[in-house]
Amino acid sequence: MTAHATTYGIPHRKMAMWVFIGSECMFFGSLIATYLAYEGRSLTGPYPSEILNIPVTSVSTFVLLMSSLAMVLALDAVQRADRRQSALWLLGVMLLGATFLGFQVFEFTHFYGEGLSLEQNLFGATFFVLTGFHGAHVTVGVIWMTTLLVLLLLGKLPPERSLDVEVAGLYWHFVDVVWIVIFTVVYLIQ
Amino acid sequence: MSTEPTSTEHAGQGHASRATYWMVALILGIVTLLEVAVFYVPLLHAVIVPMLLVLSAFKFALVAAFFMHLKYDKPVLSMVFAIGLLVAVFIILALYLLFHVLARTPPAA
Repeated sequence: MTAHATTYGIPHRKMAMWVFIGSECMFFGSLIATYLAYEGRSLTGPYPSEILNIPVTSVSTFVLLMSSLAMVLALDAVQRADRRQSALWLLGVMLLGATFLGFQVFEFTHFYGEGLSLEQNLFGATFFVLTGFHGAHVTVGVIWMTTLLVLLLLGKLPPERSLDVEVAGLYWHFVDVVWIVIFTVVYLIQ
Repeated sequence: MSTEPTSTEHAGQGHASRATYWMVALILGIVTLLEVAVFYVPLLHAVIVPMLLVLSAFKFALVAAFFMHLKYDKPVLSMVFAIGLLVAVFIILALYLLFHVLARTPPAA
């Protein structure tokens, strides 16, 4: 697919994705700021120290980090026209992303069972909104990876169209870096 | 009008090797382990916040530089990212300051 180059010689879609990522920084920055502003102000439990499960979340964090590795290897394989490796790594990103979502569903279900909900206290409201929006982004990413994999299997993702994978990869890595911050701010610094 | 550089032409501008990607992933895994270790070691609790923030920033920078290719791409992309990031950090610091440092009295019930 050809389009017009920007003044900087960067493909428009790639530049657009970076501008979007810049705006997403502000979006997640606001959610993290709200979480921190209300930290320690809940009048009733459950409180973070009573309910957050660090070992489980550490594993899910590792899973998401490794999905970023799979993503960058998928892009490399598409650029080398290695269809088998491309399919393998894209499938890896999908599965690792879905596994992360599975951990999040488990966590949310467990927390709800323990009495934490959006309305329960300020911790519940800010925690579910922040991690819920992140989970929604991961879900979009998994759907995006699925469409890329289908295109690849249909033979519609040649090396000339590797920009499609690169732009999707930028989104995926951004979702990963946001989680790096959330894991530290919400889970480890209590 | 010029046409967009093809993806492969563009992507060929000095991206990292596969070995580098694996090495970065290994470092990310080790740093995550370190973060969790810091959380569980009582001796380090006095310095837990700065330590975790530094480790987290290091992981963030690694992913942005190598996986997102900012180290190899044109500087304007780093600038676009940095602007959004700076605004985000400003929002976080401003709200934290307002709610935890400047608010001397607890909010009325």
